[in-house]
Amino acid sequence: MSGVVRIAGRACPLGLANIDTDMIIAADHLKTTVRTGLGAHAFAGLRGQGSALDDPAYAHAPIIIAGANFGCGSSREHAVWAMMDRGILAVIAPSYSDIFSGNAFKNGLVAVELPQSAIDQLMVGATDSEITIDLAAMTVTRGNLSFDFTLDPFRRQCLIEGLDEIAITLRDDAAITAYEATAPALGWSMGAAFTG
Amino acid sequence: MTPRTLYEKIWNAHVVARQDDGTCLLYIDRHLVHEVTSPQAFAGLRAAGRRVRRPELTLAVPDHNVPTTRRIDATGQPIPIADPASAAQLAALDTNAREFGLRYIPDGAAAQGIVHVVGPEQGFTLPGTTLVCGDSHTAAHGALGALAFGIGTSEVEHVLATQTLRLAPSRTMEVQVDGALGFGVSAKDLILAIIGRIGAAGGTGHVIEYRGAAIRALSMEGRLTIANMSIEAGARSGLIAPDDMTFAYLKGRPMAPAGADWDRAVASWRTLATDEGARFDKSVTIDAATIAPTVTWGTSPEDTAPINGVIPDPDSFADPAKRAAAAQSLAYMGLRAGTPLTDVAVEHVFIGSCTNSRIEDLRAAAAVIGNRRVHGGIKQALVVPGSRLVKQQAEAEGLDRIFTAAGFDWREPGCSMCLAMNPDKVPPGERCASTSNRNFQGRQGPGARTHLLSPAMAAAAAITGRLSDVRELMA
Ligand code: SF4
Repeated sequence: MSGVVRIAGRACPLGLANIDTDMIIAADHLKTTVRTGLGAHAFAGLRGQGSALDDPAYAHAPIIIAGANFGCGSSREHAVWAMMDRGILAVIAPSYSDIFSGNAFKNGLVAVELPQSAIDQLMVGATDSEITIDLAAMTVTRGNLSFDFTLDPFRRQCLIEGLDEIAITLRDDAAITAYEATAPALGWSMGAAFTG
Repeated sequence: MTPRTLYEKIWNAHVVARQDDGTCLLYIDRHLVHEVTSPQAFAGLRAAGRRVRRPELTLAVPDHNVPTTRRIDATGQPIPIADPASAAQLAALDTNAREFGLRYIPDGAAAQGIVHVVGPEQGFTLPGTTLVCGDSHTAAHGALGALAFGIGTSEVEHVLATQTLRLAPSRTMEVQVDGALGFGVSAKDLILAIIGRIGAAGGTGHVIEYRGAAIRALSMEGRLTIANMSIEAGARSGLIAPDDMTFAYLKGRPMAPAGADWDRAVASWRTLATDEGARFDKSVTIDAATIAPTVTWGTSPEDTAPINGVIPDPDSFADPAKRAAAAQSLAYMGLRAGTPLTDVAVEHVFIGSCTNSRIEDLRAAAAVIGNRRVHGGIKQALVVPGSRLVKQQAEAEGLDRIFTAAGFDWREPGCSMCLAMNPDKVPPGERCASTSNRNFQGRQGPGARTHLLSPAMAAAAAITGRLSDVRELMA
C-alpha cells in the first residue's frame, strides 16, 4: 500500500445513516476470486433512487460523506474492496461499525469521524468546491470550513507511511525467526505432502 | 507456579512478541485454506510481491463449492463444474496452491473433503498447536486440543505472509458436563442442549473448554461435533484436553509426527491439560443425564427443545427482544406454538457437514435405518460423507448399501447442503432435518427451513417423514 497524507477531491454527499455492507456490495458478488472488479457493483442497491450517487458530478468523487453507523451488517471485506475499486479513498461519517473500520484500515481506506453537525455543514454546497482531508494536520477543510478529527495513533501512522499490518509484522521478522527456532510444534516432522 | 488453563498454556507457548496493552503477536502452527475466503489473500501477496513464509504449514482443500455428484468420469478425467463462478474459485485455489507450493489436496483426490474433516484425518491438526482457517467452524479442531479459530481474508493473507496474527487474549469459560449421556443421546444432542442453555452469544469473547466425565467418554468424532459448534454459542474457539483417545486417534496419520518425534510429541501433549485449581472467567455445569435427543425449532441455534417437547410460545420468553425474534422465527419456519415437535413433517433430510459427516456419524444413522425405507413424503434424502476417505471406509463397511437401499442419495464429499453454495439446496418454504450447524434463514437455500439434529435423529426423520424420537425406533 502506498502512504497517504492528503486526499483532495469532490465529496459525494450521500448522507444516509446505517448504510450496511449489503447495500455496499450485494451477496451475489461474493463468489469472486479477486479484490478488484467489484467497483461496478458498489452501492448498486442505492443507485437510481435520487441520491447524490446518481449525480454525474460525483461519478469520480474520491470521498463519500455519510450518516452514522456506516458499514454495519456482515463482515464481508468485499465492501471495502468494492469502494476502493470504484476509486473511493475516504469516507467521512459520524461513526462506523467496528468490523468495517477494521477492514477499511487493513486496506488503506481512510475512515474519518466527524460529528453530525460537521457532516450537516459539509452536506451543503458539496458541488461548489473540493474537500481536503489532511492526515498530518488531522483536518478536513473545504473553503472557509475546517474541522479537526482524531485517529488512533497506530492507525494514523500506518496510513501515512503506507504500512499495511503485514509490513508492520514483517518488522518483527527476527523475532518470528527466533521463535521458529525453538517452537515446539515445528520440531516434529510432518509426513510428506499428500499428493492425492 | 500459578495453575494455568489449557488455553493459557497454548497461548503462552505461541507468543512471539507482546505489546504493552496485552496484544500479542501469536505464532500460527497450522493454516487450512479453502476456495471461498482465500483468492483475494493470494492476490494480495502477489500484488505486494510477497511469498508464503512457511508453505508446508498451510494445507489447501476445496470443499464449499464442489458438486457432490461424481467428480471423476469413467476414464479418470475430472468432470467440469457447471457454475462458472464456482469453477473460477476452484481454479484459483488450484493455481494458488501450486504456485505458492502449499500442501494441497485437489478436487477429486483420494483424501479430499471438508477442511475440518480433512485436518484431523490427515494428522495435520495436532494438540497444543495454533490452527486457523478463513472459516468460522475452525473451532472444530479444538477437539484435539488445538487452539483453533476462524479468521477473515486479510488475516488469511497475514498468516500466509508472516505465519503470525496480532491478537488480544480471550477470556476463558468452562463447560463442565458431568455424568453419562442416556440411551439414544449423542454428542450433537449435547452441544445443541449446551447452546440452548448458554445462548447463541453465551460464549462471546471467550474460549470454551469442555470438561467432565461425559466429554471424556466421547469418541474423537463426538468431540469434533462438540467443538465444531462452539461458534454457535458465540465462542471463537472450543477446546477439549488431549488424552489417550486423542493420541490413539492421531497415531500413524499421514501428517502426524512419527517414530521418536511421536514419543516426544505425546510427552509434551500430556502436559497440556488444565492444572488443578486453574481459574476460568465463567463456568457452567450440566448433568448429561438430563439431556434428551434435541432439535431446533427456530432460526437461531439457541432455539432448541427436547424431541418430546412442543414448539414454545414466543410470549413465554421474558426478554422482549427474544420474544420478537421467536415470533419472527416461527413465522419463517411456518410453525405454531404448542405443536408437538414430533408432529412436524419434513420433506428433506441432510446427513453431512463438518459437524456430522464422519464415519461414526454415518454408522449411527445406518444403524437406525437398518432395513427400513425412507418415508414416501421425503423428496430428497442426502448422505454426504465429510471426506473421500470417510466415504471409502463407509463403503468398505457396507453402509452405502444400507443408505441406498433405503432410498438415500449417496454422494461425493463437500459442504453441500450445509450452506447451499453448490447445487444442493432446499427449495423455498420446504423443511429439512439436517445434521449441519446453522439454522439461519436461507442458510440451506433461499426460504429453506432447517431443523438441526443428530445423524441418528436425521435417520429417524427420514424413516417416519417427520421429526421423531430416535429412541422409539431403536427400542
Ligand atoms: S460444512 Fe458447512 S459449516 Fe462446515 S465448513 Fe462447510 S459450509 Fe462451513
